[in-house]
Amino acid sequence: MLDHVLSVTSLCKNYGTKAAVEGVSFDVAPGEIVGLLGPNGAGKTTTINMILGVLEPSAGTVRINGLDIQSRRSEALACTNFAAVYAPLPGNLTVVENLNFFGLLYGVKDIPRRIEELVAQFSLAAFRHVKCGALSSGEQTRLCLAKAMLNRPQLLLLDEPTASLDPSTARDIRTKIRTFTTGGTGGVLWTSHNMHEVEAVCDRVLFLSHGKILLQGDPRTLPAQHGKKALEDLFIAVAREPLTLANG
Amino acid sequence: MSFHRVLAILLRQYYLIRGSFTRVLPLFVWVVVDIVLWGFMTKYLNTVTSSGLDFVPMILGAVLLWDFFLRIMQGVTMAFFEDVWSRNFLNIFATPLLISEYVTGLVLSSMATSCVGLVTMVVLATGVFGLSFMVYGAMLVPFVLVLFLFGIALGILGCSIVLRFGPAAEWFIWPIPALIAPFAGVFYPLTTLPAWMQYVAHFLPPAYVFEGMRTLVAGGNVPAGAMVSSLCLAVFDVVLACVVFTRTYRHAVRTGLIARYSAENLG
Repeated sequence: MLDHVLSVTSLCKNYGTKAAVEGVSFDVAPGEIVGLLGPNGAGKTTTINMILGVLEPSAGTVRINGLDIQSRRSEALACTNFAAVYAPLPGNLTVVENLNFFGLLYGVKDIPRRIEELVAQFSLAAFRHVKCGALSSGEQTRLCLAKAMLNRPQLLLLDEPTASLDPSTARDIRTKIRTFTTGGTGGVLWTSHNMHEVEAVCDRVLFLSHGKILLQGDPRTLPAQHGKKALEDLFIAVAREPLTLANG
Repeated sequence: MSFHRVLAILLRQYYLIRGSFTRVLPLFVWVVVDIVLWGFMTKYLNTVTSSGLDFVPMILGAVLLWDFFLRIMQGVTMAFFEDVWSRNFLNIFATPLLISEYVTGLVLSSMATSCVGLVTMVVLATGVFGLSFMVYGAMLVPFVLVLFLFGIALGILGCSIVLRFGPAAEWFIWPIPALIAPFAGVFYPLTTLPAWMQYVAHFLPPAYVFEGMRTLVAGGNVPAGAMVSSLCLAVFDVVLACVVFTRTYRHAVRTGLIARYSAENLG
């Protein structure tokens, strides 16, 4: 088994003279949930887009399960999946149609059976034949997560996966994702602005600010190491005084 | 190339069409309108002219073949527009899908939907207006093949334009066949055109088809060299369109346009 399901090395993305991501390096191990945190515009989504192969890095490498995303894109993405609030599934297809479509794209074996498992797991059974555009935002989020689990990915990228869920469903989803990592060989890269959630779920966090990793460590001990009471205080400090933290 | 991933693109189109009469109707309504309109027009022309020409195979046959070309082109672009309209680029291009598989899926979708239009046109043109394909003989095969390939090429080129310039560029795509039609000599011999337009026509595969069709109807033989030229041109156009689409996609990945397509242009 590989040491890391994801290895990001010296990743950079420049738009003209502006650096959106600057020399970011990190790994995600099998069974690990890594939180990618930072204020809006810090470079989290840009980093995720480069990992997903939909944005070409200006420099650096991304390896998923040891496969370089640039040179072996299709193989690397076959063992990856993602869910993001800004990428809803087509609203003009039903739940089952969408899962069938993406099941074929990801090369899932025995798609009908896998769909039934996921529909039950994410409480979507009543919406099997409902067009996704008619689902509530919470139901759409659950569907996106079901799609993200279709191919039992080695690497799961979740960009604010619980943003539109009620607290009860959000807790349920967190448990499912936790089970996904403990039960298999998959690793998760998770972005969230909910610091309580991050503390509860993530094994390790990376704080991004202005495209660079400013801090990293255990979310339960990191605040104290930087003189803060809670992760939320540390987040606010990263957002407001990144230079102080970087030099401290 | 993965059969399953190509099938996914086809299946998605099937799902969309089966659940929507607004997608089903255009598959045959416009071709019916065209064939009925030009069917009566050709019948009328046959009664008022004393040239002895039979306008049914000349004009109605040309309309049928031109509409087939249009359906093929629009079949490719419409399948692509489904991803534009549903803002699905991020989901679809973050999968293992290869560009070659995506384009193959669009082309196969177009073939399936165009067949509906073609069958409708053939039934109507032969059954109601007496168009006989016997007059074209075996040449019908290269005629259809050239128009099919050129339709595919223009369809893929249209997708590239929309991918590069954003959803609003859709309006550049619809008039393309109307811009080509005068140069392709769909309804008149190329000698009718001024010299510069005839020069442009030499680069358009459909021009050879419609010129050849008129030659056959007039009792002549289509020069084999002309048909080989048009086939080569059409194949070249398909290859060129695929290269343009691939380069446009790479540009979109480099600039971040795939992930932020609604922004239309990111430099």
